[in-house]
Amino acid sequence: MIQAEHLTGGYGHTDVVRGLSFSVKKGELFGILGPNGSGKTTLLKMISGVVPITEGSLFIKDKQLRDYKPKELAKRVAVLPQISSQSFAYTVKETVSLGRYAHQSGFLPIWKEEDEQAVMKAMRQTGTDRFADVTLDALSGGERQRVFLAQALAQEPEILLLDEPTNHLDLSFQKDLLDLLKRMTTELDLTVVSIFHDLNLASLYCERLLLMEGGELRSLGLPSEVLKEKSIHEVYKTEIHKQPHPEVPKPQMSILPERTAEEEADVTIDHTFMSQNDEFIALESPIVLKTLSAGVIGAGWGWHRSFVNRHVDKNYSHPAYKEDMRNFLKERSFDVNETVGMMTAVHLHTAAYQFMEVEGVSVFTVVTAGVGNAVDISRSAEHDRLFLPGTINIWVFANGHLSEEAFVQAVMTATEAKVKALVDQGVHDPLTGSQATGTSTDSILIAATQRGKKQEFAGSISPLGQAVGQAVYNCMIRALSSNSRRGS
Amino acid sequence: MLKPSIQMFLRNKFSAYVVVAVFLMLAVFTGISIGTIYIPFKDIAVLLSHHLFGTALQGIDPSFDNIVWKIRFPRVLLAGLVGASLAVAGAAFQGLLRNPLADPYTLGVSSGASVGAVMVLFFNIYLPFFGGFTLPIVSIAAAIVTIFIVVIFTRLIDRSMKVETIILTGIIFSSFLGSVISLMIALTGEELRQIIGWLLGSVSMRGWDYIQLIFPFFLVGTFVLIVQAAELNAMSFGEEKAQHLGVNVRQKKMIILITGSMLTGAAVAVSGTIGFVGLVIPHFIRLLWGPDHRHLLPLSALAGAGFLILADLVSRTIISPAELPIGVITSIIGAPVFAVILLRKRWKGRTT
Repeated sequence: MIQAEHLTGGYGHTDVVRGLSFSVKKGELFGILGPNGSGKTTLLKMISGVVPITEGSLFIKDKQLRDYKPKELAKRVAVLPQISSQSFAYTVKETVSLGRYAHQSGFLPIWKEEDEQAVMKAMRQTGTDRFADVTLDALSGGERQRVFLAQALAQEPEILLLDEPTNHLDLSFQKDLLDLLKRMTTELDLTVVSIFHDLNLASLYCERLLLMEGGELRSLGLPSEVLKEKSIHEVYKTEIHKQPHPEVPKPQMSILPERTAEEEADVTIDHTFMSQNDEFIALESPIVLKTLSAGVIGAGWGWHRSFVNRHVDKNYSHPAYKEDMRNFLKERSFDVNETVGMMTAVHLHTAAYQFMEVEGVSVFTVVTAGVGNAVDISRSAEHDRLFLPGTINIWVFANGHLSEEAFVQAVMTATEAKVKALVDQGVHDPLTGSQATGTSTDSILIAATQRGKKQEFAGSISPLGQAVGQAVYNCMIRALSSNSRRGS
Repeated sequence: MLKPSIQMFLRNKFSAYVVVAVFLMLAVFTGISIGTIYIPFKDIAVLLSHHLFGTALQGIDPSFDNIVWKIRFPRVLLAGLVGASLAVAGAAFQGLLRNPLADPYTLGVSSGASVGAVMVLFFNIYLPFFGGFTLPIVSIAAAIVTIFIVVIFTRLIDRSMKVETIILTGIIFSSFLGSVISLMIALTGEELRQIIGWLLGSVSMRGWDYIQLIFPFFLVGTFVLIVQAAELNAMSFGEEKAQHLGVNVRQKKMIILITGSMLTGAAVAVSGTIGFVGLVIPHFIRLLWGPDHRHLLPLSALAGAGFLILADLVSRTIISPAELPIGVITSIIGAPVFAVILLRKRWKGRTT
């Protein structure tokens, strides 16, 4: 649909865009990215014929851009600029109707039925029909932007060029607009070329992206190919962190705010932050910790400050146990949003904790272990599915800056240490009589301060892994033996 | 003369055209009727219909015929044509330059025309063959020369001829030509009154010849501008937007600039510089019926004509038998009206 080769051009004697080659297919949603001053808007203006092309060629459909007459081009290409000026108080309908200019001809043009239809349709699609007779100056910036989108749609173009279309829109209209554009590309085969400031929106909606730097092409391809931490860092000259979108297979970029000295100060989590009574064991961290956990609340990835292991009766059964846990925490004035909560039927005085340091990396672990419902994982199919309060709850607090990989390895290492302790203690699955590897409802928490030294790995022989493994193993042994002494 | 366009737009803004047309008719009849000798509306209708459609003259005082057809009607008609030309040109310039404060004089055309006229008075120029028409002819020529100089100069600065550049160039030329006029005034001895009188504007004692002079300009100019109404609508959203919508911006801009300037130049040439018509009338129409140029231009023409006829009526009756320059009246009425319009806009802006 659009074919650019060695495209060069700009204002006056300076070429803002240099040697750009790319093509856009029919029905594609194509995103243009780049920092301020990288020539995005100039490129868009070159495609719309406003900024002259000094070198190279630009084909729109089957014809060179310069061979188009203005009206002919307007029937193919519509533009929604970043800012649309308006000096007079036209009504919304009058404004949208101007989109039909290119479709009219003759000295005193006649307003045809199809013109009216196109205008009404465009207004309906953009939700501007309900203020058709309102004047533009009475609208908000976002509403006005939608009116100009309606105007562009009324042109019934094959290509729509947008310059940061979501700029003045609030969150829901951003989504509505992009969903609408996406739908139009699939249903009507409309080709959309849009400049984005927001890398994440571009990643979510665009099929392909063009990343510009200093008027030249930096990279071109699928979002996953273009949005690389390294190149985005180099082009935008800023710290960013890439991670997958939680629901959609597209990359998302997070900016990293500069850390203050206070945020850099080292913090070591140990037993001094822990408190214990018959109802619960709690650890209240002075800073928010990055966590990966499986528990009753606060599970998955997150950032948490309080950690609570609650004792419940062996026969505890609650239809809404999460809600119950939340209420429990609220009553004891924990902030539910910042708390990872677990449950155990084990008596809390049997809990074991240990601080362990290996080669300058320290971890603090807390374990409660009861093996009443121990399971041999290789024969777990023979067990009934019931919710029972977890009986081996392992907390690992790492004093270091862990990579995500280190978090996962810490889970593996802690689990291996747990199994080893069960083997050494000779714990058996009561149902099958074979060696147990855990219980049916074990929980785990890996929490890290994310300060101090970077820890890329937590495998079993890395310093962090060694600390985790030993501390968890020791705690398991102690917790299991004090539990069996109680004879439960 | 606006009939085809009126018919075309009857559907939408019927009432607007009716109101403005009635206003114009009332202005015409009042303008002819009032004076040292009062002439009833009925007699005016009979007389006009006699001259225009050849109907019989019955029981009308023959002296009325002279007063109406030779003196008052041409005067009213000239005032109407000048008012309509200025209002249409003003509306077009405001749309093109996206500046509600632009008026037909922004581009320096009127200054050019004035320089021509003042030069004729100052040097007592008499062109052979044209005789008494020397002044308007030189004036129109000067106006046309001025437009082309302004346009060429603008293109030298900025090939794409952005409206900002046009406005700036216009201001430079206006100031320069204004100072040329001031120079001539300063050097004038006895002719001072005549020059000042011309500059302040008047439509008195011009007769049918002047109407013949301005009429073709008015007809062609107004028609051409009304045909560009859709382009003006598009261009008032900015030149880039207009281009996106499919307007051949450079070509249309040139057409509108030159046509508007010709209209203005012709008006200035026959009546002197009459201010505020081109500014106030389009504003007023926009306020009542919106900025759509397809209606704004014809409505402004009708209302501008009516307004200037009434202003002329005031100028010749208020200190009768002496006459005030019409430009003084339009400014005295126009400036406060414009101030009120601006204030109202401001208030409206605050509440919304």
